[in-house]
Amino acid sequence: MHVEVRHLDKHFGQFHAVQDVSFSIAKGHLIGLLGPSGGGKTSILRMLAGLESPDSGEIIFHGKAVNHLPPQEREIGFVFQNYALFKHMTVFDNIAFGLKVKKTRKEAIRDRVSELVELTGLSGFEHRYPHQLSGGQRQRVAFARALAPEPQLLLLDEPFAAIDAKIRQELRTWLRELIERVGITSIFVTHDQDEAIEVADEIMIINGGRLEQKGTPWDIYKQPSTPFVASFIGESTIVDEIGQLKGFEQPGAADYARALIRPEYIEIGLAHEFRLLSATEKGTVKHMHFRGSQWMVEVEVGANRLITYRSLEKDTLEVGQEVHVLVHRAYLFNDQESWIAENALKADPLSVFI
Amino acid sequence: MRRLWITLTWLVFSILILIPLVVLTTGAFDEGGAGFVQALSRPEALHALMMTGLIVLVVTALNGIFGIMMGIYLVRGTWLSRKLRQLFNSIVDLPYAVSPVIGGLMIVLLLGPDTVIGTFFEQIGFKVVYAFPGMVIATLFVTFPLMVREVMPVLQEIGTDQEEAASTLGAYSWRTFWQVTWPSIRWAVIYGTILTVARSLGEFGAVLVVSGNIINKTQTATTLVYQDMENFNVTAANGVALVLAVFSIGLLLLMERAKKRKEVL
Amino acid sequence: MNSTLLRHKGWTWGFRTTVLLYFLILIVLPIAGVYVNSLSDGWTAFVQNIGDPIAWKAVLLTLKLALTATIINALVGTMAAWVLVRYEFPGKSLLNSIVDLPFALPTAVGGLMILVLLGPNSIVGKAAASVGLDLVFHQPAIIVAMVFVTFPFVIRAIQPLLEELDRSAEEASYTLGASRTRTFFHVILPAMVPGILSGAMLAFSRALAEFGAVVLVAGNIPGRTLTASVYIFGEVESDNEAGAAAVSILLLTLSFIILWLINLVQTRRMSR
Repeated sequence: MHVEVRHLDKHFGQFHAVQDVSFSIAKGHLIGLLGPSGGGKTSILRMLAGLESPDSGEIIFHGKAVNHLPPQEREIGFVFQNYALFKHMTVFDNIAFGLKVKKTRKEAIRDRVSELVELTGLSGFEHRYPHQLSGGQRQRVAFARALAPEPQLLLLDEPFAAIDAKIRQELRTWLRELIERVGITSIFVTHDQDEAIEVADEIMIINGGRLEQKGTPWDIYKQPSTPFVASFIGESTIVDEIGQLKGFEQPGAADYARALIRPEYIEIGLAHEFRLLSATEKGTVKHMHFRGSQWMVEVEVGANRLITYRSLEKDTLEVGQEVHVLVHRAYLFNDQESWIAENALKADPLSVFI
Repeated sequence: MRRLWITLTWLVFSILILIPLVVLTTGAFDEGGAGFVQALSRPEALHALMMTGLIVLVVTALNGIFGIMMGIYLVRGTWLSRKLRQLFNSIVDLPYAVSPVIGGLMIVLLLGPDTVIGTFFEQIGFKVVYAFPGMVIATLFVTFPLMVREVMPVLQEIGTDQEEAASTLGAYSWRTFWQVTWPSIRWAVIYGTILTVARSLGEFGAVLVVSGNIINKTQTATTLVYQDMENFNVTAANGVALVLAVFSIGLLLLMERAKKRKEVL
Repeated sequence: MNSTLLRHKGWTWGFRTTVLLYFLILIVLPIAGVYVNSLSDGWTAFVQNIGDPIAWKAVLLTLKLALTATIINALVGTMAAWVLVRYEFPGKSLLNSIVDLPFALPTAVGGLMILVLLGPNSIVGKAAASVGLDLVFHQPAIIVAMVFVTFPFVIRAIQPLLEELDRSAEEASYTLGASRTRTFFHVILPAMVPGILSGAMLAFSRALAEFGAVVLVAGNIPGRTLTASVYIFGEVESDNEAGAAAVSILLLTLSFIILWLINLVQTRRMSR
């Protein structure tokens, strides 16, 4: 289903939960609504489902406004954060509920339920009650129940929040594959960026009730359009006085710019490891943290302290050691705007000759 | 739909509780304030209220202490086997299932003048049935579960962690009880006390059977209301009943406050 | 405080024994006493006492009236609990606090209240009399008395269940296309059923046992308005303790079974 939202606005009492949010989603896409808790993600999802009504704005499914439609008539599937399974019903009855409401024939219900049970890997659990299932199994039941009436749009509210970290990883992959196979337009809410990046075709970053940015995970990572997005996605260090870093002495048009530097923008090492030594500057290793597959290095450059990673294959650095630091680029921002600045010395024409 | 349900609920509450309360109050004053005062200042009314007060005092004190201890033993008494504790635990509730009249009858059957124990006590000049001790015992029987049932869930909920922590810090059981256990069950005890007071204040059936309802001797406030009604002395009955009702409502308000405090903890 | 004295073993055991003896003598002994007493003259005497038509008719009447009162309370209580949890309206907190009043009020006072409300001189009584309906001293008044004293049970049993009921289960039902009515009957009501059941059973056992409120409003005519507890009282008054004990153990056994059933329902719910 093609989903379009125009100028959605919602207050809860004094609290402005959703502020002028507009977006559209192509049929068959899997969208992640990502943002900090209390940012309005769930409110948007609930308005799409018809569980809340917007103060103003339009929700359009298939080119038709559905604002006035109750949740019963929106042809959506909703997976709740705590699954909201019907406790007194078996797995079979839970999945069959939506079909029974539609007055589907008994045989058809049985076929559809067993198909879904198969699909969700719940075979043999049909006659169990929710309290006899593990968290991951409950999640699958909730998922199967939402899919049973063949909805046009699947909405998932923090679908993995209540699951152990270990199983979560497994379920993510499973969900991604399942949605691809079913081919249903889906929107899920999460506060976990790894989850969003891994699962979603496109991410919408929501903060303070506003849509900060919408795009593929890669686009958002590469070109964050607001400081919030830049700091929310990936790891980063904020540098207050970017002008002190070599290669960024002239931060550009605006003054008082602050910079956000990701670990992967920074290269660190001994002199012989750099092809362009002129662009580097000296720093001191302050801390080394072993992170399983690599070192995380805290390095002090002038008054700034930066964080970067270093491969285990390279020479191991030591605390207190003097090293060369190359900052490839920085994400600069001030109150009005933000832009990406490349290290000026890297583009030095001289480098061509080296 | 929603309007209808709210109206219906109001209606039920009004008919069943609010209007009867109003009728009771007006009934007590239908001969004016003087009639109300007169109903209460009868010697039998004063005596009955005093009897009720005494029963409440004795019963609340005894069942308070023994109820708390029983609750603690049932939850923490590892010196009792699990099976035995489970058995006792189900017995505690039995007085709930016993009609007050039967509760009274039990005391009469056990301690009445025709029984062995009853005769024994009679001979040493101690009258149990148709006297104050019997009335206290009957009320004790009826109100026993109240305190136990308030204390037990709180003890179960807080678990033994804190008490164990206290003992690892060197506190002995007595100190642990006063400084760790008591503060956490305090509001449950207060709540249980209010319940016990309310129930012993209002006990009627058991006391009626055991006391013989002898005017100026074993008559309590509730049995006086009954006797006044039997004698068609409606205004007097309303007067005494109103006093009891006011006390009960006061206790109910206290209960509300205690419940809120209990929930905070 | 002399804590060495209190830690002394003898004290501890003395204290424990006292509490247990208190419990056994106060609770176990009297109950056992009634059973022993009424069965000590053999089964024939017991059967004879129960066989008295006035006795068994009183028991049957009590069962019938208590059942009626329980059904009324189950319906009204479910509605009241729903309204008190789900709706906001003026006077809500007042109603919520007076739910417990029938527990707090002495039953004799409750009986008196119903008597003056429905009595032949009251507005309700006159209205009923004009259509040829007698309330007080007839069965309707007994039912009202039973409904009154057991009023809080069902409400208080359902309220916590409704409060902890997951709102999203309801919403899930809506998103699956179910109407409000269907959602109520298929999702919400099943969650309330354990509360309705245990509340109703408590109310039933209390209604069976009720004496104070009933004795004041019932006419106490054998076979018509004489309930079991009032019958027992009458027998004690007329010094027929054996007859009283026989009916008592019938009533007691019934109540114990109900109590046991309630425990069963609650432990089953706990295990979920």
